[in-house]
Amino acid sequence: MTELLIADATTDTPSTREAGGANRAPAVVLENLGKRFGDGAPVLDNVNATVGQGEFVALLGASGCGKSTLLNIISGLDVPSAGALEVPEDGAAFMFQDSALFPWLSARGNVELALKLRGVGRAERRIRAAELLELVNLSHSVAKRPHELSGGMRQRVALARALAQDKPLLLMDEPFAALDAITRDLLHNELERVWKETGRTIIFVTHNVREAVRLGQRVLLLSSRPGKVVAQWNVSDEHRTDAGAAGELTADITARLRQEIRKHA
Amino acid sequence: MPETVTSPLIKSGTEEEMRSLEAGLDSLQSESVERRGFDFSRVLLPLAAFIVVLLAWQFYVSLGLRRRDLVPGPLDVLGSLGALWQNGTAQEAVWTSLQRGIMGFTISIVVATPIGLLLSQVKLLRRAFGPLISGLQVLPSVAWVPAAIIWFGLTDATVYFVMFMGAIPSIINGLIAGVDQIPPQYRRVGQILGASRWEMAVNVVLPAALPGYVGGLKQGWAFSWRSLMAAEIIAMGGSLGFGLGSLLEQGRQLSDMGIVMSAILIILFVGIAVELLIFAPVEKRLLRGRGLLAGSTR
Repeated sequence: MTELLIADATTDTPSTREAGGANRAPAVVLENLGKRFGDGAPVLDNVNATVGQGEFVALLGASGCGKSTLLNIISGLDVPSAGALEVPEDGAAFMFQDSALFPWLSARGNVELALKLRGVGRAERRIRAAELLELVNLSHSVAKRPHELSGGMRQRVALARALAQDKPLLLMDEPFAALDAITRDLLHNELERVWKETGRTIIFVTHNVREAVRLGQRVLLLSSRPGKVVAQWNVSDEHRTDAGAAGELTADITARLRQEIRKHA
Repeated sequence: MPETVTSPLIKSGTEEEMRSLEAGLDSLQSESVERRGFDFSRVLLPLAAFIVVLLAWQFYVSLGLRRRDLVPGPLDVLGSLGALWQNGTAQEAVWTSLQRGIMGFTISIVVATPIGLLLSQVKLLRRAFGPLISGLQVLPSVAWVPAAIIWFGLTDATVYFVMFMGAIPSIINGLIAGVDQIPPQYRRVGQILGASRWEMAVNVVLPAALPGYVGGLKQGWAFSWRSLMAAEIIAMGGSLGFGLGSLLEQGRQLSDMGIVMSAILIILFVGIAVELLIFAPVEKRLLRGRGLLAGSTR
């Protein structure tokens, strides 16, 4: 049993200890993690967090909280300058705000490339790519190039590609921030379904409180400059289906987030 | 504190509803790119432009301001072109030059591509040789003709050497520019997907740099074709075959403006044909495949 390592977060969130990641085997452990670039002010300072296996954690913060830096460190694209971290051995799959699909490959080609670089044979690549695109409801557009797809469809291809990497951990850096509201709602449902079907551990970075409450089992609030986990909330299924409960929690988190931002006034 | 929180997001709709909603959005938001058949204005417009130029030329000549043997009209040139065709000189010259051009260009590609890739990937080499390559690209390759004649005499080696000095630096530079313009995001994705250095080069860097590379090839072809003509004009005789440049120079020696103009027109048309039949379709295909053609005048 892993204790949640949240330094200053316990006072205003008494309910955090029961559910969520605390009673699962940890997939990601961050201990006193710090990061500064050169001689500048620290971007991340003393970040402590544990994410359980199969857990969906929403990482919430205003601009400049080092969310992206944190994801880069977890994925191994960057190294911390202080502290320790424990991540799955074979790395993490990553999804960006911009789908970052290769424009010279079709939707299927993009997914197949991820499989190819993982060492999957040609015949199996075809089958797996078709399955993954079916999972994100894109069977009708497998042969299309990224520029022929809408923003939402591109993100679904990117999701299929991230799943093709077959890593237990999926990092998502504001993947739906640039989408219209209808598409975003839809992709929330889609992501939730895919998460349940595949059992991935997901760390989802967002600056949107409603999105964090809609998706996360747990919401971690990151302060800005330096980034640090300052509060966390558990989100139950009730919060996802009952507008009243969801509204209350959303208001609660928003107030705390605003309080954090005001400190920089 | 005023509560301005907007309504929260909650789960709504069944699986089936969501699926059909998504399908509806997909068809609304993704545009189907229609492919039209062959567009005849692609042929008719250049042809019309050509005819306009011909008419202007004929009009100028018919004013009679210059001696007819110094400034021949389109019909005179057509006559001497016909004569050159009849005795086979034109075909021989075109064939010789084209053969050399294709040969020299192909070898240039084979030599320049690995060098370009290497320079674009290895900082030390790039810093060391980059300026030299750019300088060579600016240096007119005709400047190498005298040196080449001294080294290789009047042989095909002279012609090829001059072509290489023209084409290789420009292909190298085109490839380097193509690699430089790759959005950093692509490499990051490659890294995330676990590509090794070699896999990154083959699966990410090369395809991403392809438009720039093809641009470099196009320029490389222009340089090799020009260099070839220059070399053929200056170096004649010996074991050298009879190319278009040689035909042009022969026309000058005979003071036959008909031959000179015929040679110039043939050189021009070979250039146009290569552009229209080879580079234009390749470039167009490449750009359309990446969605870069919308709104362009191509």
